[in-house]
Amino acid sequence: MTSFTLNGQPVTVDADPAMPILWVVREKLGLNGTKFGCGIAQCGACTVHLDGEPVRSCSTPIAQAEGREVTTIEGIAGPEGELTKVQQAWISEQVPQCGYCQSGQIMAATALLRDNPTPTDEDIDTAMSGNICRCGTYTRIRRAIKVAAGIEQPLSERLPGEA
Amino acid sequence: MNDLSPKKERGKLAKWSRRGFIGAGVLAGGGLLIGIGVRPGNPIGALAPKVASGAGEQLVNSWVKIDANNIVTAIVPHCEMGQGAHSVLAQMLADELDAAWDDVRVMQAPTDGSYVVSDTARMFAAPFTLNAASWIEPTWDGLFTQIGRFADVMITGGSSSIRSTGQYQMRIAGAAARQMLKGAAAEAWDVPVGEIITRDSTLFHEASGKSAPYAKFASAAADQPMDHTPTLKSPAEYRLMGKSKARTDIPAKINGTAQFGIDAEPDGLDLSYAAVVRPPVNGSNVTRMNAERAMEMPGVLQILNMGDFVAVVGDSYWHAQQAVNAIKIDWSRSDSPVLATEDQFAAFAAALDHAGEDGGEEVAARGDAAAAFSEAATAIEAEYKVPYLAHAPMEPVNCTALVKDGKCDVWTSTQVPLMARTAIEKAIGLSKYDITVHHPYLGGAFGRRLENDYVTMAVRIAKATGYPVKMIWSREEDTQKGVYRPADISRHRAGLGPDGKLMAYGSVFTQRHDPAEASVPAMYDIPNTSVRVAASELHLPFAAWRSVDHSQQGWFVESFIDEAAHAAGADPIEYRLAMLQSSPRHAAVLSKVAELSDWNAPRANGTAKGVAIVESFGTIAAEVIEVDMTAGKPKMTNCWAVCDAGFVMNPDGFRNQIEGGIVFGLTAAMYGEIDLAGGAVKQSNFHDYKMLRMNEVPNIEVAIINSGDVPVGGAGEPGLPPAAPALTNAIFAATGRRLRELPIAKQFA
Repeated sequence: MTSFTLNGQPVTVDADPAMPILWVVREKLGLNGTKFGCGIAQCGACTVHLDGEPVRSCSTPIAQAEGREVTTIEGIAGPEGELTKVQQAWISEQVPQCGYCQSGQIMAATALLRDNPTPTDEDIDTAMSGNICRCGTYTRIRRAIKVAAGIEQPLSERLPGEA
Repeated sequence: MNDLSPKKERGKLAKWSRRGFIGAGVLAGGGLLIGIGVRPGNPIGALAPKVASGAGEQLVNSWVKIDANNIVTAIVPHCEMGQGAHSVLAQMLADELDAAWDDVRVMQAPTDGSYVVSDTARMFAAPFTLNAASWIEPTWDGLFTQIGRFADVMITGGSSSIRSTGQYQMRIAGAAARQMLKGAAAEAWDVPVGEIITRDSTLFHEASGKSAPYAKFASAAADQPMDHTPTLKSPAEYRLMGKSKARTDIPAKINGTAQFGIDAEPDGLDLSYAAVVRPPVNGSNVTRMNAERAMEMPGVLQILNMGDFVAVVGDSYWHAQQAVNAIKIDWSRSDSPVLATEDQFAAFAAALDHAGEDGGEEVAARGDAAAAFSEAATAIEAEYKVPYLAHAPMEPVNCTALVKDGKCDVWTSTQVPLMARTAIEKAIGLSKYDITVHHPYLGGAFGRRLENDYVTMAVRIAKATGYPVKMIWSREEDTQKGVYRPADISRHRAGLGPDGKLMAYGSVFTQRHDPAEASVPAMYDIPNTSVRVAASELHLPFAAWRSVDHSQQGWFVESFIDEAAHAAGADPIEYRLAMLQSSPRHAAVLSKVAELSDWNAPRANGTAKGVAIVESFGTIAAEVIEVDMTAGKPKMTNCWAVCDAGFVMNPDGFRNQIEGGIVFGLTAAMYGEIDLAGGAVKQSNFHDYKMLRMNEVPNIEVAIINSGDVPVGGAGEPGLPPAAPALTNAIFAATGRRLRELPIAKQFA
């Protein structure tokens, strides 16, 4: 049995302690927003927060979550589902294509902006280079992070009239 | 489970148009059904229950329904794999229907023969008919709907959704529905139909002050005559087309609620999970298996020797995968002579040697290339080489299946749901009427999900277990045992006149798949051309890979044109422009990218720009890439792209696709390489099959030219082909080093 806090709620789960957090939250706790991409911590699709820090859930055994806080993409919005600034910017910049990697991208960006509210391009590179987007939305992710940080204007203001 | 046996038709069938292109039927309670692309033998009665989701809905045709709250739902036959098709097709339909965009919803069409994408079939089978004035003529449409149904063309690929389904079905569906609604209102209000106007899902008659939401007349519209050639809007009348409407699928993709194939958890099913191992060399079979250790491992339910693969079914995917890793399997020997990458290239070289200077099959010829080569003032030759590539969509290949009581349900990410159904039919011997393919969002595809290898594996596992199983391939399985963009060698020669102009152009290569003309530099005014293919067998199974043949041919052709420009001592853009006299659209695109990139600006130290222009899938794309070589290896700093797709339906969505195509192309150019050892693929995961990451991508700026008055071009693929040559041409401009082999990064290691 492993007990931890998942998106603010205490949970106890009967799982093989070696099983990665990814598969516990997906298959045993029914939260499918966290994605399997590579299984070896190379792509970042499975990024969740463990005590607020981004970790690769595909390579972090559930035993390591004992007594700690796990936050997944489902747990970052406000209590009434209010979107975070990062989520809002992901919409305003129309970031996702297939969307499969975006849970992980958003979790990585959320942690970045919490620790560093006005990141430079280099800061963004450092924080986000562990997350692959096969659709190639990197330039939009970068822009959305800046929009969320208030450094850049959203698309609707940059290209008025197009919508 | 879903029962696909023919349902009793509820309610009466309304008038059937003898013209046969648009059909009508009635829903329970007297609701309206109209279908487009529906044939005599109108299946709408059977279709209605599959797309109806609540009482009070009026199905206005098989592509659109209107509910009692005036919500318009576009029923889209293409899958959503990140290209934005769901949203933009709804935008096209809603514009012609004059629907209020905020009240438009999108629904994935069910996997049913009635949703065949007939014009996609037609585009591939007989594209010339698409531009014929009488394209809507029922004979043609009937023919191609039949071809489509026969060939299971419910397909998403070829950058075709807007150009085929959008232009030739969704818009017509919207326009026809609007006309019929107007007709019904005119009758009820006893006013001339020509006096009725529509706006924001509402009918208005100004003189009498009457107005009503569409929902009010949806049912009465059933009795209106159907015009099989409804008048479409001219660009000046567009309200939604050409606008950057926010995509409807994005909100679910930022909060974890979007459902991808791998997320399938069908109601009431207690899923087990399967991990699989396929032979390292395609076509081998299990000769011996030792699963003793695996059987003892936690969570293992069953170990299945399927002959051509082995599956472990467990209580979790992770347990199943651990057990698969512990099984020792001997595979039969493959008889392929290709063991290493060098063997594959040697086979290509032998085919090219055999073809010599005039052998092989002619792809395109103009003038007298042989004579022109012999008369040239300057001759240049170059041989280019590209490796195999994997698709590597972020969502690993997977499929959930239940085979029980003579029925089969699968949930999977696929570009070809109807072909998947046929593949299942063959794999487990069920009738297609007993098979349902549920297909949620795709976590990327790029051509990988045009194949059904994984679907048939899942249903065979599910048939063997009798209980529902979610099969997931590991990333390693996906990288090593999939289907691939072919490797190839292409040999080029050019003859330049005394003024440096290209008098003769020739190429010969071994891989020609699709599109057939991808290797032909038709836009350039070159008087003598000879393009040939000397076919050579591939060791790895072929699959269409984003932009297909353009992915390698774009690089071959535009690298070589660049070599010719430098041999002539000319500026690469000026040199190309001089050959684009007969291709004004191409010239305009190239001129604009020169302007956008400030091509002639003085270079910063160690940097240089390269250019390439490729037309693919109906869209002309020119790209300039700037590299910084000061660190002794290429660092991409900027990319400027200009595209002419005739008319862009959603500019921001289009730009997103072009940006993605560029990154996909640059990823392949920098890192993409699938190697062989012992006949098997060497690379296994993202550490050795690398992707570009945030810190490596250049700034990208995309500009659009709407030249209009030409068939609309695609968006998903055309951004890709110019990316690699623009990059290698930039590296040449910076260093004088001409790269004739991909990928790039290892050549600067």
